[in-house]
Amino acid sequence: MMITLYDIAHARTGDKGNRANISLIAYAPEDYEILVKEATEERVAQHFSDRKPTKVTRYLLPNLGAMNFILDDVLDGGVNDSLNLDMHGKSLSFHLLNMPIQSIK
Amino acid sequence: MKTISIGCGAGFSGDRTDVALPVVKTLITRGGPAAIIFENLAERTLATHQLSKQANPELGYEPLLELEIRPILADCLKHNITIVGNFGAANPEAAAKLILNIAKDLKLEPPRIAVIKGDDLSGEHGLKVIQKHLEPHFDGDRFVCANAYQGALEIAQAIQAGAQIVVAGRVSDPSLTVGPAMAHYQWNADNWDAIAGATMAGHLLECGAQVSGGYFSDPGKKEVPDMHDVGFPIAEIFEDGSCVVTKADHSGGLVSIQTVKEQLLYELHDPAAYITPDVVADITAASVKALGQNEVSLSGVKGHPRTSTLKANVFFDGGWFGEGEISYAGRNAESRARLAMEIMEKRMGAVIPLRFDLIGVSSILGDDKNNMLNSTPKGESQDLRLRVAGQHQDPIEIDRLLRELTALWTGGPAGGGGVRVNKRRRLSTQSCLVERKLAPASFYFYTSK
Repeated sequence: MMITLYDIAHARTGDKGNRANISLIAYAPEDYEILVKEATEERVAQHFSDRKPTKVTRYLLPNLGAMNFILDDVLDGGVNDSLNLDMHGKSLSFHLLNMPIQSIK
Repeated sequence: MKTISIGCGAGFSGDRTDVALPVVKTLITRGGPAAIIFENLAERTLATHQLSKQANPELGYEPLLELEIRPILADCLKHNITIVGNFGAANPEAAAKLILNIAKDLKLEPPRIAVIKGDDLSGEHGLKVIQKHLEPHFDGDRFVCANAYQGALEIAQAIQAGAQIVVAGRVSDPSLTVGPAMAHYQWNADNWDAIAGATMAGHLLECGAQVSGGYFSDPGKKEVPDMHDVGFPIAEIFEDGSCVVTKADHSGGLVSIQTVKEQLLYELHDPAAYITPDVVADITAASVKALGQNEVSLSGVKGHPRTSTLKANVFFDGGWFGEGEISYAGRNAESRARLAMEIMEKRMGAVIPLRFDLIGVSSILGDDKNNMLNSTPKGESQDLRLRVAGQHQDPIEIDRLLRELTALWTGGPAGGGGVRVNKRRRLSTQSCLVERKLAPASFYFYTSK
């Protein structure tokens, strides 16, 4: 069944320079494995292709049922250079949650 | 040994000023050793304060300082609640002076105020250090200021020496919390696990409401009670560095496993190596547990030895930024908004690369190259706002851009309304790592002259 990350996880974005970090956290511990399987670096990079990330890195935190994505060079130079209304990229967390995934349930 | 509770009174420059008092009242009710921190400095905030100080040597500290301190000062002094803040910003001495004056005004005994120094590298010595690190990219003509992130050690020393209030400029945000915990437990500077635990407690506190229900609510999905009255957080920190996060009594908001996890990972890079001036913290084995309603523990944070360097941010004049907006409504509104885009591109695009947004259609997800908006098919929206933004070294060109935007009123497509334009100075940043011995920190007690 196709669902979106929004159905099983929550997220928050932070920024450092021209880099965004987006946490992705499973509501239920048993859904963490779905996130691991579905929210891969490649798929997330693809989902953010409009922002042209030069690199996407995923750090896993099984203890917390969470993962942390680092998207390089997606903020048009960062808060001091971007012309975007949302120069921090804070709203990107909900864009990540829009990503369609396959649910095994 | 009694544990220490540390509350947060502000999470950014411009935060709500009625939130600290409920935190202080809660700390008093709970009793025991306590401190309250004020985190007022984002990366850029300090540079803008440096500009204020250059314009007026009496300014350059947090503009809301008086509103932050006045409501809580008497209670804090009476109940031995240490106040620690980076509200000194570019001018900690002037901030200390203001606090002393507030105390006098409130007819309180003059408090012992410690001032942390050593972060400001804008002076002659600091500038040499920075110049050496950034060469050949150091542009002296555009230089504004440079500050190194200092740590918790001097804050702890100041408190141990009797400070009731510690005024800092640029210290790392979590160090505001680590300082009073370190002083209370008399941790050695190499008690890495405890310092790492307190660092993550500080990380949870440093954005104020963001751990206690702010920046979290998503109606129908993630509910937070009484969002209009979110209580600010308090962390009870234990001797091993673990902590329990709660919030001010009789307030709205929420402290849950989910709010704590979101804030734990906020602005984090590698979870195995969160680098601050005090320690390298590792949360890969950490656990977050609910102990009760609005009561969540964080434990299992590991610490590794601090690095030999301090991060310094260096700011340069980055020219000018200008933006403007105009609205279109009714039939064919999007065509008219897109025609206005075309007009702006033809009149100004060659001078200033422009970003366009159609608010309501595409305004956030696309990048500054406009590819996303350009590839979005024209829709049927009948209530649209066009935004145009650009930057340039020369303010004259930005003024021209804003005049062109304003001229859309009479010279653009039909029915355009509500033009707003604004411009501001831009600052650009470079970071470097400076050997600790080249940027030593220290503290002194402020006395009125």
